[in-house]
Amino acid sequence: MEKWIERQKHIIDFTLSSLLRRKGRNAALILVYTLVVFMLASVVFFVQAIKREASVILKDSPDMIIQRMSAGRHELIPVSYLDQILSIRGVSAVRTRLWGYYYDPVVGANYTLMVAEDSGPAAGSIIIGQGVSRTRLAQEGDTLEFRSHDGAIIDLGVKSTISRESELVSSDLILVSEQDFRRIFGTPAGFATDLAVRVKNPRELSTVALKISERFPDTRQILRDEILRTYDAVFSWRGGMMLVILCGSLLAFIILAWDKASGLSSEERREIGILKAIGWETSDVLLMKFWEGIAISLSSLLAGVILAYAHVFFTSAALFEAALKGWSVLYPTFRVTPFIDLSQLVILFFLAVVPYTVATIIPSWRAATVDPDSVMR
Amino acid sequence: MIELVNVRKVFNAGQPNEFVAIDGVSLVIDAERTTVFRGPSGSGKTTLLSLIGCMARPTSGRIRLYDREITSLPERFLTGIRQKTFGFIFQQCNLIKGITALENVMLPAYPSGEKHASLKNRAMDLLDTFKILRKAQSKVEWLSGGEAQRVAIARALINNPSMIIADEPTANLDTKLSREFMEIMGRLKSERKTILFASHDPIVYESDLADLVVDLRDGRVEGSVP
Repeated sequence: MEKWIERQKHIIDFTLSSLLRRKGRNAALILVYTLVVFMLASVVFFVQAIKREASVILKDSPDMIIQRMSAGRHELIPVSYLDQILSIRGVSAVRTRLWGYYYDPVVGANYTLMVAEDSGPAAGSIIIGQGVSRTRLAQEGDTLEFRSHDGAIIDLGVKSTISRESELVSSDLILVSEQDFRRIFGTPAGFATDLAVRVKNPRELSTVALKISERFPDTRQILRDEILRTYDAVFSWRGGMMLVILCGSLLAFIILAWDKASGLSSEERREIGILKAIGWETSDVLLMKFWEGIAISLSSLLAGVILAYAHVFFTSAALFEAALKGWSVLYPTFRVTPFIDLSQLVILFFLAVVPYTVATIIPSWRAATVDPDSVMR
Repeated sequence: MIELVNVRKVFNAGQPNEFVAIDGVSLVIDAERTTVFRGPSGSGKTTLLSLIGCMARPTSGRIRLYDREITSLPERFLTGIRQKTFGFIFQQCNLIKGITALENVMLPAYPSGEKHASLKNRAMDLLDTFKILRKAQSKVEWLSGGEAQRVAIARALINNPSMIIADEPTANLDTKLSREFMEIMGRLKSERKTILFASHDPIVYESDLADLVVDLRDGRVEGSVP
């Protein structure tokens, strides 16, 4: 075992010095390869992070949302509907929701104001999302000014900021008390923005929706599946564009691997001949080429993954942002929450390291199985 | 002892450019002696050395090394014999450029798994023996022809082989360096190494070292001079 380890060390040592001998060529190779891995890893990280954001949103979403409609537009719903809906068989819980959009002329941003379901802020204070915090440079203890529907100025103190499980939902969010909400928007008492319904058996959801629809013809029912479809529509087309980038990256991998597999330089062939002539076995030569492939592809993989992580999670995928995220026009900006699945890294490893290493070994195997006497000529 | 029985080597067999490099050579080479293969270019000297040194296989015929038939051995065994039995000195030195003289000397022993420190010590001792220790850390492309030749000799000896195969070793050396080279070979002979030369340089075949001079022409043995 000790001999085996020593043999590996010697061959790795020689491989690294071989790579250093062709510094320029190998540095260029690593640079290009890192770029390809960076693109691919950015795509993978971004898609996964976006999917995760969506799943976080949907995790706590109600089974059904009831909205009152008037002339095809969303209208405030009377709170009196709540008890009647609760009496429908199959409905387990109904609660009112108060939410709306607030335009902040100071920074030109749109916020979502919402009354928290429970443990919300007391009157006169608010809890703000990370995006709001960044945009208004507001921290705990600061005061934000709101202009109510009748022009009155309302000062609300920042109680805290929302933790970053998902910025997609919380970035532009401001949680307010019911009293402050009604003061800002002028929402009359006895009315809510919409109703959130939970049912006992999810299979009965459509039946319950039908019953509500029959009893309250002026409402629309939005089922959880419909919300899911909306998010899917929002993220899927971006996924499609991601697929284009993915295909481009894969093509680049194939071109690199093909270039490697298409042959060795005459100098490399000569060196393999010398090594065989002085007593190296074919397996030793292949081991050397294996470590060479690993050294180049693994260092490119690490560099590419680290750069991609920084790109996606620290710069909010700045290179893709305009085309893919779609929120670049919205303010405040949202940042995807850092999240990496081990399986993504495994996939990247198999895409980046394995084909390249194999492509490095194959032409060397061909050269290494030839009689070494060619070096004598 | 090496025995060649009716050895033939044909390149590009069956093709229009077929070439018979060795044509029915039978020969006995004694151990611990120095044998010189002499002949003009294209006479088959290098091919014969590469067949004896297990670098290539004959098209037909048999080669025995210490009474062991090596012609039909699989590649792995041939490599093992090459590694343990033979030390090669090539006409062009064939050192690996871009790495140091020391690394070049250590290179043949890398697959053996010997501890780095002891391998390095042995390599340094060899470089010291050939008075080139001060160039140990120099890249080989910075060495003069004579220095490169001595590094190549040290590399040939790192696995402590019983036989040295040298193909036109003095072809790129001036007279002084050629004589120095033969002095080194003399020392190796005194250490009971079997030495095989391929050369058409009189400094080699007229040397006192040569116990047997075999004349080759067109792949055949024309005669031998003890």
